[in-house]
Amino acid sequence: MTTFLGMPSLPAFGSGNLFAGESFPTAAHRELGNAQLRANLGHATHTIRDKRQAVVSELPDWEQLRDAGSAIKQAVMSRLPELLEEFETNFTARGGVIHWARDAGEANEIVAGLVRDTGETEVVKIKSMATQEIGLNEYLEEQGIGAFETDLAELIVQLDHDKPSHILVPAIHKNRTEIRDIFLREMPGADPALTDDPSVLAMAAREHLRRKFLTAKVAVSGANFALADSGTLAVVESEGNGRMCLTLPETLITVMGIEKLLPTWQDLEVFMQLLPRSSTGERMNPYTSLWTGVTEGDGPQNVHLVLLDNGRSAALADEMGRSALHCIRCSACMNVCPVYERTGGHAYGSTYPGPIGAILSPLLTGIQAEENNSLPYASSLCGACYDACPVKINIPDILVHLRSVDVDSKRGKKKVPSQMDVGMKAASWALSSGKRLGLVEKGLPLGRLAAGPDRKITKLPGIAAGWTQSRDIPAPPAQSFRDWWAKEHRNAGDAPGTPEAGPSRTPSPDTKETPQ
Amino acid sequence: MTAREDILSRIRAALQDSPQAPQIPRDYRAASELDTDALIELLVDRLVDYKAQVAVVPETEVPARIASLLDGANSFVVPEGFDAGWLAGTDEGGGGGSRRRVDSPAAPLSVAELDGIDAVVTGSAVAVAETGTIILDGRANQGRRAISLVPDHHICVVKAADITGILPEALGRIDGTRPITMISGPSATSDIELERVEGVHGPRRLDVIIAR
Repeated sequence: MTTFLGMPSLPAFGSGNLFAGESFPTAAHRELGNAQLRANLGHATHTIRDKRQAVVSELPDWEQLRDAGSAIKQAVMSRLPELLEEFETNFTARGGVIHWARDAGEANEIVAGLVRDTGETEVVKIKSMATQEIGLNEYLEEQGIGAFETDLAELIVQLDHDKPSHILVPAIHKNRTEIRDIFLREMPGADPALTDDPSVLAMAAREHLRRKFLTAKVAVSGANFALADSGTLAVVESEGNGRMCLTLPETLITVMGIEKLLPTWQDLEVFMQLLPRSSTGERMNPYTSLWTGVTEGDGPQNVHLVLLDNGRSAALADEMGRSALHCIRCSACMNVCPVYERTGGHAYGSTYPGPIGAILSPLLTGIQAEENNSLPYASSLCGACYDACPVKINIPDILVHLRSVDVDSKRGKKKVPSQMDVGMKAASWALSSGKRLGLVEKGLPLGRLAAGPDRKITKLPGIAAGWTQSRDIPAPPAQSFRDWWAKEHRNAGDAPGTPEAGPSRTPSPDTKETPQ
Repeated sequence: MTAREDILSRIRAALQDSPQAPQIPRDYRAASELDTDALIELLVDRLVDYKAQVAVVPETEVPARIASLLDGANSFVVPEGFDAGWLAGTDEGGGGGSRRRVDSPAAPLSVAELDGIDAVVTGSAVAVAETGTIILDGRANQGRRAISLVPDHHICVVKAADITGILPEALGRIDGTRPITMISGPSATSDIELERVEGVHGPRRLDVIIAR
């Protein structure tokens, strides 16, 4: 029986900067060759993760906050339509204007139209993942509107015509000398005597942007949170560039993903404890701004919000994957990831790098888009990201789920089975019974032969060559464990179990549970 | 179909499995048990950690403290609703009283004027000791957001009674629909090699006076 729901049945995937243009292994291989990048990243990720650990350990109720955060986000997803409507009602009642954008292109057009309506040709911008995702700056440029990034790191990246490599510290792949050189080259009127001292460089950025802040008529921002019960928006930042953009211009245009909602004002107490500690490793970030529509005589009088889908509804349709939308963009998962730490953010192609990016990008775009099906494999499944996540997104489980979605998506397409298909079939046969495995293990001496006198296998054939590309396989033993076991216990005559059933387990006294 | 209808129907379709909203476990701390002295001590510790300057003084000494902090300032701005008594010591400074500018809803200063002013003195709504956070909510003793943003030196008075232990207590005391700024130290960046630099676009100098 089919039910006609009168609504689109196909998921509507996202567009914009969400794609790995080349497969992750290819990109990672190239990035790994950059020694400066690896040194900068290693320093950055370890420094932030240590700071995070220190401030998280201070809170006696950290795990309770994580549980609350996770449950709140789960509630948001299950009630999303009504919460969006509630937010819209409250935000609108206080003088804000809401716009809805199905995808990146639509959001860009809305923002450009709003800027044009003001008659201005320049906007100042606060760092925002959503506008990065939709490629807003590039689009505005095409429309003859200059978009000026005002966060220091975003400014560095923009001046260098580069891409961010980390969602919290986007210029982390550059060191101070590289940044000084970018300023000298790209910043009009930069002092030729500029040193590479970070405080000197920060002051140069202040000078450069001050006039822009004081004269800008239009600002574009993202939002960290939106509270449905009051229609309030929040931006969390450090430098004060956010306050400048949110306070001084006449027009404020915010672009926000539909998943950023929180049901109530009270929920903010959970997330404002989780986010700063997870993100920068601070007890609290220097500045947080909250605004609810328009306040007469204080701040922008022309306030807009663009609510962005761009694949979020498609991600929501994936029951296993939808919790990826709980992400609050803290970047803790990146800083603990052994893969991210080595490859850096550019290898992931998308705006969203690291473990969360490896699940979020394919969920937003569909697994078959460009090379995004390579992203769920960019992980050793060690689980460090899950432990660090302030809203307990089970990233490893979703990675495995998306790998299976990837495999399923390829099924039935090819007439000729691949090496992987054949290998998996063979493994499935061999591992399905002890007898069959025993038979395969008879081949171990062949492996010893292949290893030769140095007792190492240095090159496997076919797709298995990937395994030996960066490591050797030691020669296999002369007999399998199971053969050894059978021989040992045949001689002793008191075998506690057959090899097929495995050794029986008798708890020893020191492993017994003791009351704590 | 409008984009709004389209997106809402996509979301409803995505939720066809009708996931249930869980009960929210709120067994995290709702309040701290510190007394006033301990709250002040903790707040001072946190603020100093952020490189703010802090003084704890009896309420009667607030005017003298403000006056001395404004000693080198050629001009400063206060919101119209700021306690006039607290400014008693500032008229004698350089400029003979004319260095004080008052910002009011009826006569707001322009951004350019604010840019030419050295310092700003405001009150505050509530503070959080554990995180070293001061919350401004735009009431008359704090004024609109621009005045505590553009001048390079912010002098902020926090009353001991307004200090809470942890964030949930503080947020419970304010109206979320007001324009709110939460301040934890002077502006800062760690964008270059993660080396923290205090003072970027917001006020580079933050002086907190805790009045007990």
